[in-house]
Amino acid sequence: MNQVTSVLIAGVGGQGTLLASRILGYAMMQEGYDVKVSEVHGMSQRGGSVVTYVRFGNEVHSPIIETGEADVLLAFEQLEAARFLPYLKPGAALVANTQKIDPMPVVTGTAQYPQGLFESIEKLGIRVTAVDALSLAEEAGSSKAVNVVLIGAMARQMSFPKEIWLDALKHCVQEKFLELNQKAFQLGWEA
Amino acid sequence: MKKLLLGNEAVARGLYEAGVRVASSYPGTPSTEITEAAAKYAEIYCEWAPNEKVAAEVASGAAIGGARSFCAMKHVGLNVAADPLFTMSYIGVNAGMVLAVADDPGMHSSQNEQDSRHYARAAKLPMLEPADSKECKEFTKLAYELSEEFDTPVILRLCTRVAHSRSIVEEEDWMERDLKPYEKAPAKNVMLPAFAKGKHPKVEERLLKLSQWAETSGINRVEDNGAPISVVTSGISYQYVKEAMGDRVNYLKLGMVYPLPEKLLLDFGKKASTLYVVEELDSFLEDQLKAMGITVVGKEKFPRCGELSQKLVRKILCGEEAKSLSLDASLPVRPPAMCCGCPHRGVFYALKKEKVMVSGDIGCYTLGASAPLEAMDTCICMGASVSALHGFNKARGETGSEQRSAAVIGDSTFIHSGVTSLIDIAYNHSNSVVIVLDNSITGMTGHQQNPTTGYNIKGDPAVSVDLEALCRAVGIRRVRVVDPYDLKAVTAALREELAAQEPSVIISRRPCVLLKYVKHSPPLSVREESCIGCKACLGLGCPAISLRDNKAWIDPTQCVGCGVCSSLCPKKAIG
Repeated sequence: MNQVTSVLIAGVGGQGTLLASRILGYAMMQEGYDVKVSEVHGMSQRGGSVVTYVRFGNEVHSPIIETGEADVLLAFEQLEAARFLPYLKPGAALVANTQKIDPMPVVTGTAQYPQGLFESIEKLGIRVTAVDALSLAEEAGSSKAVNVVLIGAMARQMSFPKEIWLDALKHCVQEKFLELNQKAFQLGWEA
Repeated sequence: MKKLLLGNEAVARGLYEAGVRVASSYPGTPSTEITEAAAKYAEIYCEWAPNEKVAAEVASGAAIGGARSFCAMKHVGLNVAADPLFTMSYIGVNAGMVLAVADDPGMHSSQNEQDSRHYARAAKLPMLEPADSKECKEFTKLAYELSEEFDTPVILRLCTRVAHSRSIVEEEDWMERDLKPYEKAPAKNVMLPAFAKGKHPKVEERLLKLSQWAETSGINRVEDNGAPISVVTSGISYQYVKEAMGDRVNYLKLGMVYPLPEKLLLDFGKKASTLYVVEELDSFLEDQLKAMGITVVGKEKFPRCGELSQKLVRKILCGEEAKSLSLDASLPVRPPAMCCGCPHRGVFYALKKEKVMVSGDIGCYTLGASAPLEAMDTCICMGASVSALHGFNKARGETGSEQRSAAVIGDSTFIHSGVTSLIDIAYNHSNSVVIVLDNSITGMTGHQQNPTTGYNIKGDPAVSVDLEALCRAVGIRRVRVVDPYDLKAVTAALREELAAQEPSVIISRRPCVLLKYVKHSPPLSVREESCIGCKACLGLGCPAISLRDNKAWIDPTQCVGCGVCSSLCPKKAIG
């Protein structure tokens, strides 16, 4: 049977979800898998909810992931973790940044930022790995490295050698930021 | 070498490998990255044209001149480029010409959901539709061969999920192509009625030959799995059906969606107990199959609106549906918003405060329609802000509309098609106020240069349009420039120009805050003891400002210190 793994990466426009999906996609291609990565460009990048799909396996047809189909949700922000929860298969894994970014209705005071989201998600039988990726990224040298910290945290849970991730990082990241990102990946891996 | 390429990058790779020499495009999601990626190949001359019509004409001229040529656009861009396209169909080519159009089912970043396949039929041109990045490259190269063999421009149709998905592509070598000789041939290239009359029958003949070619070319592929159910499909829809149904159905995957191979379709249909047509948006294939007398199931089961997916196909064809989890909580929405420090924000704030009817346009600033600014009344298409305002004022001038309305249009959009509309305002005189939001870049599509920025697609210095001089040259006497961070100046300019008894242009000038060369000021903060919680600053809809314990709070990681909020604070608590 054709086994395909589906990873949904969700965040807020500007958080660097695209780079995360490229690192994952490249690593899986190097491992010999067929890979499809679906990106979002254009208007929704401006601070809105953004989602990227990465799928790999023997043969991947559709580039998108629908509700009830994801094996892993890599969430860059708490509210986005909750928003894309319906995309997970029952019993799947969530790797999530603990960071909260207020959306416009919360900013303007017409809505409250929901509390206790991870606890509610765990109650549904989802394995939650919560990572304070912002602090770790800052520790690595830049708050912008949240994406690579999270890739590190997710990579640790997958059954691939660390070297393939470091190789993918080298391929996908600009050389001048490589050292910083290697550190960010390591902090995520250890988190 | 194997690479994980976007469909758009794979098209660009195909251009390179096919020896394309000239590419001219106007940016538009989801097509933009094709030309951006093509510009990285030194062998291809690339440019950003002022609009899609110009781009298609540049490509036409290059093809007539003997160079393989290309232009790319989003679906609505093809409406702009349709004029040259329909006549290039008659003229044909010297060297190959391909036009790529990227549709946006689901409207991820568009104002409508038009199905561009209708253009192939209307312009009588062949249209190829790749289903992944590998096919994007292959079909691009094939399109040039078809173009030259059949003496026709070829349309390459993508959609968001093909254009913006990465899949594995094997790169091949560059094929050097000599410039073909150019010879004067008026009967071929001058579309006077007398010559065009000779051409039309040839176009009809060409379509027949192309459909003959389509019968056996291999671009239209049958996958017979011995199943009772068969599916005719193409492009991304093929991937969804394949994902959902695997070997449980037979496939006729169309790589060329126009013209269709009638015999192949009839034979394929005969063997099926039920024949489905699975296609996104309109019943383009279905209608043609029905006209051939083939019984099919299509739009009575599948939606005409939005995107398809494997889940939807599985549900419709098998009644199967995967279980999904749901949280028992209402989650606040997170729509896109103008960035912190966005120079457009102050202008929209002033427009809202002054209760102005705003004729809007296409760009980042269309987000001025969202809460809390909600300062946009209309948005139709590129350039329409200016001409529609003129029409609005011609309709309602007697009610004093000219004193309460304005158009907003970005620098790139103004060059695209706003300037002709401004000429209409000047020539046919309405006291309309046009605000050019000049942020020195084409923003929404991801920072492309344009004729006002002083740089070309390669980042080399170029001539830049002097907007003030241009507006004056078309007959607008009242032209002024304001800094959108200076709310008082924006409001004063707006009041004066609305009151003026002649047309005027306000240029709101400040570069996009995301541009690398823009220096950010230190983040501002709120002096808690001074803040009275009046929420005046929240009215800006700046993502950095929120309310904490009834006091305004500025997120220092987001604030770029633009200072617009501090000018609104009645207690001078922000600094």
